[in-house]
Amino acid sequence: KMLNCSTQYEMPNAGFSFDNSRRNAVLEEGLSEKGYSAPKARKTGTTIAGIIFKDGVILGADTRATDDMVVADKNCMKIHYIAPNIYCCGAGVAADAEITTQMMSSNIELHSLSTGRPPLVVTVTRQLKQMLFRYQGHIGCSVIVGGVDVNGPQLYSVFPHGSYDKLPFLTMGSGAAAAISVFEDRYKANMELEEAKQLVRDAIAAGIFCDLGSGSNVDLCVITEKGAEYLRAYDEPAKKGQRGGKYTYKPGTTPVLAKTVTPLTLDIVEESVQAMDTQ
Amino acid sequence: MAAVSLVRCERGFARDAAPDWMRQELRTGTTIMAVEFDGGVVIGADSRTTTGAYIANRVTDKLTPIHERIFCCRSGSAADTQAISDAVTYQLGFHSIELDEPPLVQTAANLFREMCYRYREELMAGIIVAGWDKRRGGQVYTVPVGGMLTRQPVSVGGSGSSYIYGYVDSNYRAHMSKEECLQFTAQALSLAMERDGSSGGVVRLAVISEHGVERRVVAGNQLPSFSAI
Repeated sequence: KMLNCSTQYEMPNAGFSFDNSRRNAVLEEGLSEKGYSAPKARKTGTTIAGIIFKDGVILGADTRATDDMVVADKNCMKIHYIAPNIYCCGAGVAADAEITTQMMSSNIELHSLSTGRPPLVVTVTRQLKQMLFRYQGHIGCSVIVGGVDVNGPQLYSVFPHGSYDKLPFLTMGSGAAAAISVFEDRYKANMELEEAKQLVRDAIAAGIFCDLGSGSNVDLCVITEKGAEYLRAYDEPAKKGQRGGKYTYKPGTTPVLAKTVTPLTLDIVEESVQAMDTQ
Repeated sequence: MAAVSLVRCERGFARDAAPDWMRQELRTGTTIMAVEFDGGVVIGADSRTTTGAYIANRVTDKLTPIHERIFCCRSGSAADTQAISDAVTYQLGFHSIELDEPPLVQTAANLFREMCYRYREELMAGIIVAGWDKRRGGQVYTVPVGGMLTRQPVSVGGSGSSYIYGYVDSNYRAHMSKEECLQFTAQALSLAMERDGSSGGVVRLAVISEHGVERRVVAGNQLPSFSAI
């Protein structure tokens, strides 16, 4: 006999629940009346890039996550795992990019088990764009999908509204304009591994230096037939410098010319004790 | 109710450090064209996809195969036209298998029209459907924004088309040969790309006939030039 639970589990309706949007709208209105602003969704003002080289695909990303004008995370991971041979760089709203790529990874694994074949990059792209189109751009997730499968190395970009492009080199995010200039100048077909890694590193560095929303380190992910190699913090171009000199002065550096002492007579008006919450 | 709340939330985190073009939808601000000739059709398009003022893809292929001898030229929202093309490709492929015959261009055009008209409020898509079938030979059907369907011997579309109506009207002649049509299309597209900021890149051409599909690319420096200025 089955044990009866006191509370029944209610299956949530399929798809996203937008109940919290209503709550957020009310909260925002209430807060703005008092003069406060609601916390902003953390957006990865980003530079992400990908190229196809001789043996496969190289994906690159910076590691700064911004909350409006403050750096929320100095070392976040923007290159997400989808499958052993497919990785995905995410830009746009951080939460959307994170969750969407996780969903894709999960679906792709199930699909791969179903078909009995290693996953294809086109499959990831198709599922991604169909989902993003369904949500008409409200899921603010721009991605670069790169991988190597039976059809060879492939690179796709998918925009939040659901359009995709298949290209030999791509950049996305707020630093895309800076990074694409590096690619347009130096990209060649069938580059060697080291040259290609240097090119992606340079493109991301261009984004890091020339875009306010990008910064910190360069992450690379090299995907070939043999597998993927995730190079976390491949380069740290924006490392904080060492201070050159000392700016403290010895006591006595400034000569004292005159000294006047004025005692302030203070009366205790009120005395209260506030216990600190040390638990 | 939920939709209204979403719009208000968007305002909250949309205003941020990212440049304006990041938040805009991708548009194929475009020039597309198709011409019928005796034995088939010639279709052509530029290759620029823009988000605002940034060119997201400078080598886009806007000539999308729907079936073996039926293509569509896409203009408007990149996402919308890609999604519609995928849906129609599926529907047409299924229909063709059921029929056990190559599908008619008119069928493909009607499938596009059905979708573009039904969802006209939500979509921004201007499509030219062109191809060859055994019953009527080369045909060009245009399905502009709003979902109208009409057959025309020559059709232009996209933001750049405004600049070449005069050229097309004055230079089109009936019964042109395949080579003449290719020249005509390439020249019209070059003129449009010269004047329209949202069109540019390379000119992609395709000839669809009984014998199959022949694709060509005319790079920027090989485009016919007209003005001395």
